[in-house]
Amino acid sequence: MSKTVRNHTITRVLLVLAGSLLVAGSANAAWEVNMPVGVTDVSQKVFDLHMLIFWVCVVIAVGVFGAMIYCMVAFRKSKGAVPATFSHSTTAEIVWTIVPVLILVAMAVPAAQVLVEIEDTRDTEMTVKITGYQWKWQYEYVGEDVSFYSNLAAGSNRTRQLRSGIDPFQEDNYLLDVDRPLVVPADTKIRYLITSNDVLHAWWMPDFAVKKDAIPGFINEGWFKVNEPGIYRGQCAELCGKDHGFMPVVVRVLPKEEFAVWLAAEQGGEAMASATITQ
Amino acid sequence: MSATTTHDEHHHDDHGPAKGIMRWITTTNHKDIGTLYLFFALAMLFVGGSMSLVIRAELFQPGLQFVNPDFFNQMTTMHALIMVFGMIMPAFVGFANWMVPMMIGAPDMALPRLNNWSFWILPFAGTMLLSTLFMDGGGPASGWTLYPPLVLQTGNALPFAIFSVHLLGISSIMGAINIIVTIMNMRAPGMSLLKMPLFVWTWLITAYLLIAVMPVLAGGVTMLLTDGFFGTSFFQAAGGGDPVLFQHIFWFFGHPEVYIIILPAFGIVSQIIPTFSRKPLFGHDSMVYATASIAFLSFIVWAHHMFTVGMPLAGQLFFMLSTMLIAVPTGVKVFNWTATMWRGSLSFETPMLFALAFLFLFTIGGFSGLMVAIAPADFQYHDSYFVVAHFHYVLVPGALFGAIAGAYFWLPKWTGHMYNETLGKVHFWLSAIFVNLTFFPQHFVGLAGMPRRIPDYATQFADFNAISSVGAFGFGFSQLLLVYIVIQCVRGGEKATAQVWEGADGLEWTVPSPAPYHTFEEAPTVR
Repeated sequence: MSKTVRNHTITRVLLVLAGSLLVAGSANAAWEVNMPVGVTDVSQKVFDLHMLIFWVCVVIAVGVFGAMIYCMVAFRKSKGAVPATFSHSTTAEIVWTIVPVLILVAMAVPAAQVLVEIEDTRDTEMTVKITGYQWKWQYEYVGEDVSFYSNLAAGSNRTRQLRSGIDPFQEDNYLLDVDRPLVVPADTKIRYLITSNDVLHAWWMPDFAVKKDAIPGFINEGWFKVNEPGIYRGQCAELCGKDHGFMPVVVRVLPKEEFAVWLAAEQGGEAMASATITQ
Repeated sequence: MSATTTHDEHHHDDHGPAKGIMRWITTTNHKDIGTLYLFFALAMLFVGGSMSLVIRAELFQPGLQFVNPDFFNQMTTMHALIMVFGMIMPAFVGFANWMVPMMIGAPDMALPRLNNWSFWILPFAGTMLLSTLFMDGGGPASGWTLYPPLVLQTGNALPFAIFSVHLLGISSIMGAINIIVTIMNMRAPGMSLLKMPLFVWTWLITAYLLIAVMPVLAGGVTMLLTDGFFGTSFFQAAGGGDPVLFQHIFWFFGHPEVYIIILPAFGIVSQIIPTFSRKPLFGHDSMVYATASIAFLSFIVWAHHMFTVGMPLAGQLFFMLSTMLIAVPTGVKVFNWTATMWRGSLSFETPMLFALAFLFLFTIGGFSGLMVAIAPADFQYHDSYFVVAHFHYVLVPGALFGAIAGAYFWLPKWTGHMYNETLGKVHFWLSAIFVNLTFFPQHFVGLAGMPRRIPDYATQFADFNAISSVGAFGFGFSQLLLVYIVIQCVRGGEKATAQVWEGADGLEWTVPSPAPYHTFEEAPTVR
């Protein structure tokens, strides 16, 4: 295959791959190439921002790589090309400095807008406190007297042992399942406070576009508002020791009424448990 | 300076260099020291590379097959420390030693004995670092970024790891001082600063970056040491400190560090593309200003590595905007390299193939870099494989290909022989194909939600991880071909002329190949 045909084939393959990025698939699909759109307004905006930047890069890449490939094809010594002697152009330098700045400004404006929205933690309707441990999460419903740990599910934990011989493909939601997920209501602006009991961790929920570091001795704050009930899965996103890869984040989002029922049951359950202990 | 250049010193060359191992231990000759650095870097490429193959073997399939998670973390940590401090930085210092004096018409570096020490610290520090793998508690497993509090859970290895980082830093600082003093004081008459070749310029700027930031890293790791052993609380809230302080200190070093790594590669590519385009570098002065702008901006972007720590909005906005700005001078350089090729007369020998792959693939790394600069989007990318893909694109087909291109470019000058061009091309195509197979799929798994620094992953990430692992093994084994080509070239081959390449231009191409042990003992005049 000549270099020209090879270069064109490569370009075509890359364009197909790039095109496939138009579609954000579900989180559980193999061969997934893109970020999830997610289930919050913020995650949709983050996805849109990501795609905007991506396409800007693709357009610039087509232009720049196109010029390079053209040079490699049209100006070959073996085809008799005679080199020109020019070696500078102040106009060109100015143009290809100013135009990129303008493109960057165009990208920075929507980016700043999304950032401002993400950092606006006013008017939240409830607060959950998230604490990272080596190697599990603890969730507490502030003011509701409900708190519990969230560990890697037993099935995944068995399968992941070194040379366990168990096939991970037979394990549902391998490494993305916990014994007790965080349960929250949909359509509710929820504030989260996050800290750590030991080392740095990070709580990452791709479907909410939320990632925040858990820092011992400090409390970070953020929010999310989920539009769609369901179960959403993420992982710890800051190296925290040997089981960093084995402390997933699972959030079960219930319709508001169902959440109220769930919370009452938890509180009742806890009251009964502590009453039993004091007897 | 003038005292040594006024009369014929050729009778000193009759002795030639010393014989045997003592030649290499005591040499103060910039060519010998360059060779030492380059061979050391080549060896470290395989040490760091085999660690990456342990990583990719484990990640070939979901489930844990080969190593326990703690050892896996030691591998990711050491892989990066070895590649950054033991491989890529020494490689470029090797190029600086060999080429900077010749390119400016100087007889050697300004401080030849300091030069010898700068090198010999490295094998000692590297051995000490590698020995930590065998200590109680194993080697550091905190990632090369050494974040507390986790890093303070390292066992006996911690002080040794910190000490080796200090020594590696001292070697770099001494080398940087040498380079600045040489360039500022020993240029041949007529070689004004703006007449210097780009490779010399990029190293001059890199040297200033090194002096500015390596001491900051030293300060940071010393604070880790005192927190660990002497009761300080720099990074512990209980004592009034903050783990995030370390991140600021580390990345204030860490961001300029990545420009320290890439700038010499920019310089090498700026020598190669004009040569094989048979046309001068387009916008030479503009390239100098762009490099200086990149270096300046590199000091004010560090917290883009920290967008998720809980930074105030104003901080996130500032670092997002300053980071996006770096795309401008970087883009200027890419455009200038392309304009150099435009209406040139191109040939595609191995150095040019690697330089062109650099141009393409470093630019792809630059695009993913622009994406991660966007702070709200970075909340999804940070600490995922998308970032791993980004920095491996700029480091491997970026910096490493730049170094390999330079090796092929200057091997005939160093050895007096042409390397085997057919084998060089085979090495190129294997490397280019496998490097993309290794790192391109990592963009996908990162976007799909796979975190970094994990030894095992959810099953939806399996297919791309398998491809990446195949690519990694292919890439790793392909580099054995480079060793063969280099050694074959050192031992013999078609005789190389002084100019070597038809389009080659610069003082180094005016001396014979191989370059005599002492060159420019009498300063040339530069018009």
